[in-house]
Amino acid sequence: MQKFITTVTVLVFSILFAQAQTATLKAGQTAPDFKLKNVDGKEVSFASYPKAKGFIVVFTCNTCPYAVAYEQRIIDLDKKFKPQGYPVIAINPNDPEASKADSFDKMQKLAKDKKYPFPYLFDQGQVVTDQYGAKHTPHLYIVSKTAKGNIVEYVGAIDNDPEGTKTEKTKYAEDVITALKSNQKPAITETKEIGCTVKRKAKA
Amino acid sequence: MKINAFKISIFLLFAISISGYSQKVKLLTIDELNERIKNGQDSTYVVNFWATWCAPCIKELPHFEKLNTEFKSEKLAVLLVSVDFKSKLNSAVIPFVKRKNMKSEVFLLNESDPQKYIDRIDKSWSGSIPATLFIKGDKRKFIESEFTYEQLLTEYKKL
Repeated sequence: MQKFITTVTVLVFSILFAQAQTATLKAGQTAPDFKLKNVDGKEVSFASYPKAKGFIVVFTCNTCPYAVAYEQRIIDLDKKFKPQGYPVIAINPNDPEASKADSFDKMQKLAKDKKYPFPYLFDQGQVVTDQYGAKHTPHLYIVSKTAKGNIVEYVGAIDNDPEGTKTEKTKYAEDVITALKSNQKPAITETKEIGCTVKRKAKA
Repeated sequence: MKINAFKISIFLLFAISISGYSQKVKLLTIDELNERIKNGQDSTYVVNFWATWCAPCIKELPHFEKLNTEFKSEKLAVLLVSVDFKSKLNSAVIPFVKRKNMKSEVFLLNESDPQKYIDRIDKSWSGSIPATLFIKGDKRKFIESEFTYEQLLTEYKKL
């Protein structure tokens, strides 16, 4: 009996887990709050920003070439939009065993070296990663604080120029915040992007 | 003696050109990919999207190479399309292909706007790699996950 219960429990959890992994949040859905450890050791959540109008939540990491290519652009987003009420909150979605260079101490080092002006959070057990359905790095979510709670306004890429070679690029993230600031719904609420898949422990 | 030197140099030239052939990486747009498939002489195409920075992709590449070799007689063509940055062609992609001595046709995707090209490959593609497109006649199947050789073989046989 004990064994049966264990089996059922494992089964139920694995189903829940599989579901949690698959669905990426879409515009209009509630953005779940979280409480994750920052590189400075303190915990950060949406509640840490009582005055914010919204958030730029970006799942990113130390190692992915796409994340590295976008790093400066993420820093610039924070510099530009934090004063306007939309701070960047970066979350590393990778399992530190599956991706050793994405461990908490490596995150601390990178954040210090690159002087990250935003929190860079460690997602123990990839819980928040699965709640948001983040698939790859970088994967960006723009969230607005409304009377109905924290609502996802946009999911996808930062802009349409990962390599950073275009003179004219569509800056999806900036356009979304510009729309939100003038109380409009963003024209584009979802984009796609190549990126490194979220690193997970090998399944047994 | 003179003739011998001539023979050797001809042989060397030949050897270099053969080894060079298997290690070529061409730039390829989506239009060119579609043309390649439309006008190709093979009946089945397995198009794998990968990158030199993608560990699971590198792990499964040998399976695609093996499939290509084993089913060449069945008119199968395996096309390996890298989504590395274009600036990495000479510094990363070509050295990688040489080092692994890859025999399948290798390309570097010559597109710059993921928002446009991801949907053109398949609407269901989130953009994660590895991802593989199977084409046989009018049939198209797109799978966004990593394969073992057995899984790849099963998908190929199911076409």
